[in-house]
Amino acid sequence: MQHQAQPMPSTDSADDVAVDVDRISKIFQGEDEVRALDDVSVAIRRNEFFTLLGPSGCGKTTLLRVIAGFEPPTMGALRLGGRDISRLPPNKRPINTVFQNYALFPHMSVANNIAFGLEMLGKPKGEIQTIVYDMLKLVQMEHLKARRTSEISGGQQQRVALARALAPKPEVLLLDEPLSALDLKLRKEMQIELKRLQHETGITFIFVTHDQEEALTMSDRIAVMNAGKILQVGSPRDIYERPAERFVANFIGESNFLDATLNGHTVTLKAGGRFQASPPAGVADGAVSVLVRPEHGQVRMGEAAEGELAATIDTVVYSGEATTVHLRLTTGELFKAKMPNTPSEDGRSIEQGAAAALSIAPGAVTVLKD
Amino acid sequence: MPETPAPASATADAPVPGGLIRGELERELEQTDNRTRWLLSLPAILIILFFAAAPLLVMVVYSFLTPGDYGNVKWIFSTEGWVNVILQRDIFDDTLIWADAHLSIFWRSVKLSIVTTLLTLIFGVPTAWFVATRPKGKREFWLFLVTVPFWTNLLVRTIAIQELIRAEGVINNLLMALHIVDQPIQMMFTDFAIGFGMTYVYLPLMVLPVYAAVDKLDFRLVEAAHDLYAGRWTAFRRVILPMIKPGIIAGSILVFIPCLGAYVTPRVLGGGKNLMFGNLIELQFGAGRNWPLGAALSFTLMAIVMVALIYYVRLTSREEKTDV
Repeated sequence: MQHQAQPMPSTDSADDVAVDVDRISKIFQGEDEVRALDDVSVAIRRNEFFTLLGPSGCGKTTLLRVIAGFEPPTMGALRLGGRDISRLPPNKRPINTVFQNYALFPHMSVANNIAFGLEMLGKPKGEIQTIVYDMLKLVQMEHLKARRTSEISGGQQQRVALARALAPKPEVLLLDEPLSALDLKLRKEMQIELKRLQHETGITFIFVTHDQEEALTMSDRIAVMNAGKILQVGSPRDIYERPAERFVANFIGESNFLDATLNGHTVTLKAGGRFQASPPAGVADGAVSVLVRPEHGQVRMGEAAEGELAATIDTVVYSGEATTVHLRLTTGELFKAKMPNTPSEDGRSIEQGAAAALSIAPGAVTVLKD
Repeated sequence: MPETPAPASATADAPVPGGLIRGELERELEQTDNRTRWLLSLPAILIILFFAAAPLLVMVVYSFLTPGDYGNVKWIFSTEGWVNVILQRDIFDDTLIWADAHLSIFWRSVKLSIVTTLLTLIFGVPTAWFVATRPKGKREFWLFLVTVPFWTNLLVRTIAIQELIRAEGVINNLLMALHIVDQPIQMMFTDFAIGFGMTYVYLPLMVLPVYAAVDKLDFRLVEAAHDLYAGRWTAFRRVILPMIKPGIIAGSILVFIPCLGAYVTPRVLGGGKNLMFGNLIELQFGAGRNWPLGAALSFTLMAIVMVALIYYVRLTSREEKTDV
């Protein structure tokens, strides 16, 4: 799937677009007005695993509910395959949802849950049976088809919810934090499983999560949201390696923000060192903020040589596969450097309070917009 | 008890110096606990024995005795009371024939109770839905309105209905003033009057349990149904109705059973002609002076209620079948 994750030409032709969110705003009237979505535009491509990522309250679930038809947009237009569907009720949209709490019908068996959408579409009984059987097989739940949904485990409920939403073969599948209720191990399994299902069915998946690792693992493209706006859309690599804003950098992965001066393509850190970087459009020369990921810093005990930054060791945190060294730079700025542990070097030799030298990998410095 | 290794278990029953004999403390505590529990439930047990079981026993005995001349009973065994529930003896030749009067009263009671239950369903479910879907802080107000009639004496409310529907009552006066009818419509002393009155009286008993069920309903399930292409009506029939069914059944039981034995409403609104079960029983203990028949009728009513309850249990425990 990795080829899809590469950046595509930014001009999406109408044929490639499954869901076109065109300048949608959602304002909730209440004691005070809440702008849950603030002029959001995004084009989600066909057969894409698209993730809406953001902290809780950022509007990602609202956007999902607008696409599903549960919330009418206050402004803007929503198109599905070029057709305006803003006015269609949820039951007239070829879009299905996997709900956060699954919302399985407790008074029906697993099989009846999966058959529900097909029955509503008026499919003949024989066809329903075939599809339900295929779906049960797809999510490996054949043996539990007669069970009530209250009698199966959370992971199994998750699979039934998926099968139920996939059975009517929707054009788009919406997934609202479907893995958040599962424990870590099961969550990892389901991440792979979801990816497999998306690949096998060829349906456009729109996935909502607040878990940045989940987003990076599963998505073809990610839209990072905050305060009702989409801040950046791109492949996991784009988002992680070239975040446009401090919020995006901070939300995804661990970050070091350093003060620097930009001059053309050259960044000079306040703490010392000169690096090549390609600043995003709209960033003028002068004082800027740059990002360095912790794993791009290498720490060595002793005095700093040419091209290295002088620092003192603040704390050393051992976390199994890696050691994170918190350094204090000469400017007083803190820097986290994360180094993989090896049999010969597991961070034991790093002494708190001692002088150290930090080297930053070439190309690791990213200039931020703000 | 976890298995302990052999040397330890051999001496387990022997008192440990300064310790307990195995199980001693647990036994002691359990006994005290049992004693407390019995003591606490004693008042309830006594009340049930004296005020529920004993009167029923008296009625069972009375139903097999001979009626006294001025009410009360003579202590002579007789099954006549039970026979007379559905049969009556011809005055001239003592042959048994169907007691048409009783049968028509049974039928009216069951029919009016069913109709009333249906009417409270038709009016009660939307009302309950409306209350349960109000914002959180405002439901109490609507619930309060639903329960207001409970705070007024039943007789007063029934007479108020009489004022509405009698020949010179509010409804007839209005209809005549608007020239919709020339003659007042006869509504008093009809089955309609009884059904109307009972629907009014028992409506809150339907609204409250259905409200509780709708309140518990997970509306995300309704969204899921719409998401899976169900329209409003189908979503109601396939998802909402099965989910609130326990409330609907509880409400139906709460309405149907008191309706069967209703006394005041049919007495005031049905007049002397349109008797119901409760009035028939009262008649035997009053003017009829046939206590054994009254007792037997009471148990017949109880039997009908029991059948209804068994049907209810069946209905609630039935599972939706898997047909795929």
